[in-house]
Amino acid sequence: MIAVVMGTLMSHWRKRPLQLVLLLLGLSLATALWSGVQAINAEARAAYADAAGLLARDRLDRLVGENEAPIAPARFAELRRAGWAVSPVVEGYHAPSGLSLVGIDPLTMPAGATPVGQDDGPGIAAVLAPEGLLIVNPQTADRLKDAELPPLFAVEGLPPMTAIGDIGLVQRLLDQPGLISHLVIDPDAPPGLMALAELAPELDRVSPEGDGDLARLTDSFHLNLTAFGALAFVVGLFIAHAVIGLVFEQRRATLRTLRALGVSMRVMVGMLLVELGLLALVAGIGGVALGYLVAAALLPDVAGSLRGLYGAEVSGTLSLRPGWVLAALGLTLAGTLAAAGIALWQSATMPVLAPAMPRAWARTSAKKLAWQGATGGLLLLLAGVLSLLDVGLVAAFALLASLLVGAALILPLAMSAIVTRFARQKGGPVRQWFWADTAQQVPGLSLALMALLLALVSNIGVGTMVASFRQTFTGWLDQRLASELYLNTRSSAETAAILDWVTPRVDAVLPIWSVSGTLNGLPGEVFGVADHATYRDNWPLLDAVPDVWDRVASGEVALVNEQLARRTDLAVGDQVALPGGSLPVGGIYSDYGNPKPQVLVGLALFDSRFPDVPHLRYGLRIAPEKAAALGQEITARYDLPAGSVIGQADIKAYSLDVFESTFAVTDALNILTLGVATVALFASLLTLAEMRLPQLAPLWALGLTRRRLAGIELVRIVVLAALVLILAIPLGLALAWALVARLNVAAFGWQLPMGLFPGDWLWLAVTALPAAALAALWPALRLARMPPAALLRMFANERG
Amino acid sequence: MLLTIRGLTKIYPTREGPLAVLRGVDLDLDRGESLALVGESGSGKSTLLHLAAGLDAADGGTIILDGADLADMTDSQRAALRRDKVGLIFQQFNLIPSLTAGANIAMQARLAGRNAPDWNDYLARAMGLADLLDRYPEELSGGQQQRVAIARALAARPALVLADEPTGNLDEANADAVLTLMLDLVAEAGAGLLLVTHSPRQAARLGRQVRLVMGRVQT
Repeated sequence: MIAVVMGTLMSHWRKRPLQLVLLLLGLSLATALWSGVQAINAEARAAYADAAGLLARDRLDRLVGENEAPIAPARFAELRRAGWAVSPVVEGYHAPSGLSLVGIDPLTMPAGATPVGQDDGPGIAAVLAPEGLLIVNPQTADRLKDAELPPLFAVEGLPPMTAIGDIGLVQRLLDQPGLISHLVIDPDAPPGLMALAELAPELDRVSPEGDGDLARLTDSFHLNLTAFGALAFVVGLFIAHAVIGLVFEQRRATLRTLRALGVSMRVMVGMLLVELGLLALVAGIGGVALGYLVAAALLPDVAGSLRGLYGAEVSGTLSLRPGWVLAALGLTLAGTLAAAGIALWQSATMPVLAPAMPRAWARTSAKKLAWQGATGGLLLLLAGVLSLLDVGLVAAFALLASLLVGAALILPLAMSAIVTRFARQKGGPVRQWFWADTAQQVPGLSLALMALLLALVSNIGVGTMVASFRQTFTGWLDQRLASELYLNTRSSAETAAILDWVTPRVDAVLPIWSVSGTLNGLPGEVFGVADHATYRDNWPLLDAVPDVWDRVASGEVALVNEQLARRTDLAVGDQVALPGGSLPVGGIYSDYGNPKPQVLVGLALFDSRFPDVPHLRYGLRIAPEKAAALGQEITARYDLPAGSVIGQADIKAYSLDVFESTFAVTDALNILTLGVATVALFASLLTLAEMRLPQLAPLWALGLTRRRLAGIELVRIVVLAALVLILAIPLGLALAWALVARLNVAAFGWQLPMGLFPGDWLWLAVTALPAAALAALWPALRLARMPPAALLRMFANERG
Repeated sequence: MLLTIRGLTKIYPTREGPLAVLRGVDLDLDRGESLALVGESGSGKSTLLHLAAGLDAADGGTIILDGADLADMTDSQRAALRRDKVGLIFQQFNLIPSLTAGANIAMQARLAGRNAPDWNDYLARAMGLADLLDRYPEELSGGQQQRVAIARALAARPALVLADEPTGNLDEANADAVLTLMLDLVAEAGAGLLLVTHSPRQAARLGRQVRLVMGRVQT
């Protein structure tokens, strides 16, 4: 019996393969966009975990120099002699290969902290061999196989573009003989040793933090991606819900007949669940494949963003993780059940004698519409209340969710009201029928129109935010990057030599010295700034005391970035706690793209508080046309590695690249969401087209040609899409405001001025309206070419 | 006795209050017997048929079908009874639109696990459907669809055939032809037939007639 029932249920799909395709497409797209984003997140998180696990940073204590100053080899020797099992580590950036090098002493490093001597790692002898060895992950090994480096040994579990080698080899590669960046402390130290604080008072003992720094820093970035994935998933489910609802309605008579022929309700519901499970499995596999492609396409941009924004190294290539595949398949099943929930429940509780109502799916009672609209109104009200509060990331996402869901729920009611108003206007009979009929169509199309609204609102909202950001960011870069050249040296001696030569050749040399420290309780950076017109004229201050630059130069006040001000609720005049004592806040400046708190103090004060900070970075002011030649000359004269002297244009280009790659991801998700919404519209129109025949046939009989009727159908959809677009503009702007003034502030700590970009709306209209017309084209063409017999059948007494 | 109905009542809630559609109906039907249920619209004929098939639950009285009391049965048991012992023919045919005529005819027999292709072929030939078995319901005329529905009901060789105005959608000539076929095949299968009809002419062709008036059997 089970085979017969299943065969009968499946026969519906054989007869209507397009419905099957649309259902699978809807579920696959929903899964693809969501799981694609999750794949990106999983890849990034795995990279963070690898970074946190490097040299067991997530479980071993370290000794670091004050202000990250190098540790003298003699100090290391003293600690070893005192019985402390410490192991030296050197870290540095190897410009020629682009590798982050980590040098270790394999003989003293605590067991299990590195791959050396482990099952899949190289032996100690190989690491200590004269030619040396660098341990990298397989992707990095593949990427650098032709580089001029010591032999590479590939091991899984290392961060991308990071290499571990013997400390001597790494010191040679970095050209830093004797350098020790920090010491790793073996947890199995014998008891009764002299306290480290007494032996090495200048060293700080740093304990591992429970969560990786990168993971915490990048949380908000990934949350944003997840939110987009969720939006796309919901829009995809609209398609599935629309198709499943129709299919169940069309099969209601079949289900009733099966029940009448002796199939119990339990068997029937069981078979429906099995059918949905099979569909979910097929769609899930398609979704996983599509999701993988989406993730693989977007990952390089995401990796670029994470590298640029947070310095997080994430491989640009995607791994296929079993957990991700299973989660995606589970999600498809959950999504299918959610999309089919109401229809399944109705079928399960349907009396066997219930009449078949093939049009019921398309009808939504006025009462239901009113309830839906009221719920939508309440959610919009909630969004309004939340917009007045400024209480963090969760509230910001709640604001976005209530705005989007509220707008979607209220749409059918709003559309009905608008269209009914048009229907009341006087006009010719066709026009009158057009509006009356359109009003009838709104409930049936409501799911698709809601999907379209969500896509358009998110497009306008995110587009406005990105455009505002681009506008502000470009201007801000011009202000912040005032120096024509930026110089990075390797040592104080090299600095002195270069500055001797370069100072007479430039208009000004501006020190850029910084130190990491705790700022008002948060980890951040303190910068020393020279008293120079470059800062006075260009620095983007949001708020400041009078004569702020004089007071900064004299060491009376400090400037704080917007991130620090917002996170610790600082205003001008408040005290900000800094290493070496607090200072009044003299001003707050915008600092887009920087996730960390930052403070600027006068150079003299900086030098007095942090005398040991190496002076290795400078900005050089020179006539722009002379900058490139001077940069090349400095590099050649002092044999500096590539990247030591960077032009302003290069930094701007790099910063804009980071910006563009960040928003390339959201742009892509936006376009995909609009595409999914178009498919949703197509699905609804195609399924409604069949039910529309009884309404269209009388018009045809009264003298309207099939071609004209098809044209009217096409116009109707474009008109409805245009109405949705008009409603989407204010909602999109509200979304943009929520993103700029609430989410961005909560997630990243800065706010930017919001602009209006009507040209973008026009472009969206030029994209969305033809897309809607395209969705309506096939059903319209089918109507235009429909044989008269098919229309005549609508007048027959028996339609089977 | 194949079907025994005693004191059957059915009440539907309406806006105006409860409406008793059946008010204590008694009825008997044996194998090989045919009975026409006649009466005005709203007299409760179709309701009686649905209750006899276990499609709906009665509010009072008993229905004993082949020795089993329907009131004591769960949904699954009633479904099994329908599958195994009852052949239903609806006025609106209720064919499965996604299956061909041939698959529709075999449907109930397959559900009951008694599919006999030779018997199905015989029924199809007898009903004049032999050349139409690959067609879908939408490709058949109303008369053809009704003949498929009758063949489907008989394919599982049910003990009881319940037919709700099976020729109500057909013209007189077609209706007569279909009824003749149905009576012949029911007799051949040795089943009992309870047929609801408005047509006195058709009712007269069955073994017995029972008239329902306002939910009661008119004596």
